[in-house]
Amino acid sequence: MHFGPHLLLATLEGLVTSAVLALTALGLSLVFGVMRVVNVAHGEFFMLGAVLAWAITSAIGGHPALGFLAALVIAPLIVGAVAVVAERLVLRRLNYNPEATIVATIGMLYIIQQLALTFYGPEARPVEPPFSYRILLPWFGYSGYKLSIIAASAVLLIATWLVLTRTKIGLIMRATQYDSETAQAFGISVGRVYGGVFALGAMLAAIAAVLIVPISQAHYLMGQDPLLLSFIVVIIGGLGSLRGTVVAAVLIGLSDGIISMFFSPTLAKIIATLLVAMVLVFRPQGLFGTASR
Amino acid sequence: MSEASPAKAYALHLGAIALLFVLSFLLPEYYHGVLARIMVLAVFAMGYNMLFGYVGLLSLGHAMFFGAGLYGAGLAVIQLGWSVPAAFGAGLGCGAVLSLIIGLLALRTTGVAFMIVTMMFAQVFYLAILYFAAWTGGDQGMVVPQPARVLSFGATSLDLTNPTVRYICALSLFSLVLLITLAIVRSRYGRVLVAIRENEERTKMLGYDTFSNKLAAVVVSGTICAASGAAYALLFGYVGSSFASVQYSILPLLWVLLGGAATTLGPLIGTLFMYYVIDVTSGYTSAYLLIVGIALILLVLFFPKGILGSIRQRWLGWLP
Repeated sequence: MHFGPHLLLATLEGLVTSAVLALTALGLSLVFGVMRVVNVAHGEFFMLGAVLAWAITSAIGGHPALGFLAALVIAPLIVGAVAVVAERLVLRRLNYNPEATIVATIGMLYIIQQLALTFYGPEARPVEPPFSYRILLPWFGYSGYKLSIIAASAVLLIATWLVLTRTKIGLIMRATQYDSETAQAFGISVGRVYGGVFALGAMLAAIAAVLIVPISQAHYLMGQDPLLLSFIVVIIGGLGSLRGTVVAAVLIGLSDGIISMFFSPTLAKIIATLLVAMVLVFRPQGLFGTASR
Repeated sequence: MSEASPAKAYALHLGAIALLFVLSFLLPEYYHGVLARIMVLAVFAMGYNMLFGYVGLLSLGHAMFFGAGLYGAGLAVIQLGWSVPAAFGAGLGCGAVLSLIIGLLALRTTGVAFMIVTMMFAQVFYLAILYFAAWTGGDQGMVVPQPARVLSFGATSLDLTNPTVRYICALSLFSLVLLITLAIVRSRYGRVLVAIRENEERTKMLGYDTFSNKLAAVVVSGTICAASGAAYALLFGYVGSSFASVQYSILPLLWVLLGGAATTLGPLIGTLFMYYVIDVTSGYTSAYLLIVGIALILLVLFFPKGILGSIRQRWLGWLP
């Protein structure tokens, strides 16, 4: 293959990564933006979504699309429920203290990971894609399912944006983010908003995982990379800024796809992580964010 | 921390050291080895406590300092053929330089950003070890060959693979670091660190340069952790990338939280306790990460002061 088609392939792969990354990072960003909680267990909610998708599709059987659609609905709901329980039992009792919640979510990370290993096992298991149509380009065939991931992610991102900016729920969330005490004075139940936001964040990660699992298999350690990449995206995009998160996700996804096609993936990760650490040190509000209050 | 009892404090610490020394004659072989390892890891925890307990800076990247000592000493012995003391010095040097650089960068941030930045630098360090697999052995790690692990003074030579020698070496390092920490904590400098933890703005207003005080604390903490890593490489003979992974940044946090942050003996008690909890439970289940996770959550929820911290609050106000 020549350089041009090679680059196109890398770009497409990068866009698929970006699509999934944008959803995952948006979940992390919402939780941080509204609750000021850094959720280290976010990657494990992602992993839980993928593992549940495998469990649901293999329990339902029949046509792969049937099981996949069921997984797309049920897996995020279960993950959301787990997140609500975790929020009630742990984060609320810590009063959302930033440092204590980091330690607590590290604890959650280990618990979820170990439970997945115990009940699901160390194997990587595939999930069949709902359809296997291949789009034939002049140079190579490309999976139609991968393109549909990009579309699905775009739809979900726009939907989230509409909910945040155009609905009463979104208004309540933004009010809580802006000033939780005043919001409470206006009769907003801040505790319930926090519970809802934490669940929503986890569900976005779970949806992203269900979308990606037909390509990349479910494994109990699969939450690590999305966690790190989501951190990178959220930091570059500016903590708590939706537009920045999406732009950064596309940027990181594309560069990750392209760099790891032409160079070593480990080197790509080293450079990306180092750059992000430097951004955080020298420009803590992110490249696109405005200075925090 | 009350002023009254320097003698009491030193007596307690010297007593603890004497107890560990006596134990070396009483313990059966297996626990002998385990306790030597715990003492080396407790040094790691004490280094972490220096920064987390006394300055209130929560780092999620201390595995890189441990790793700097581990690889600094390990590579010096294996690749350069240095002697044991020189390799130990190389490990310390690597830790000091790395912590100075990281401190200069990471201390520009505070709070949550500080945690994430330290975690990311540690991740870079870890990935770099994997990337330079030709020298570091990548995720396989390296074994320090037995003939290289000999400490020789002129005619006499001590074999570090001998359990008794290893125990005494671990105990010496542990005692030295324990007494250094105690001295730092009781000094004027230690008070300034606690003042920064309690209220940085006010400390600044009183005329203290909080940045350089914090930077010094990062370097002391990083160097102590590197000492632990270097000792680990030389005493136990294995240099592996897993020691630089995120998990080894979390473990000292867990040990210190459990034993009691900002207590001098807390890190030892936390390390000892957690080691045995995992050791005992691993007889029933392989799910030791579950125990670590549950312990972390229970500690922050119900027991934020840890074992010694709670004892100090209830009964022994003079405990350093």
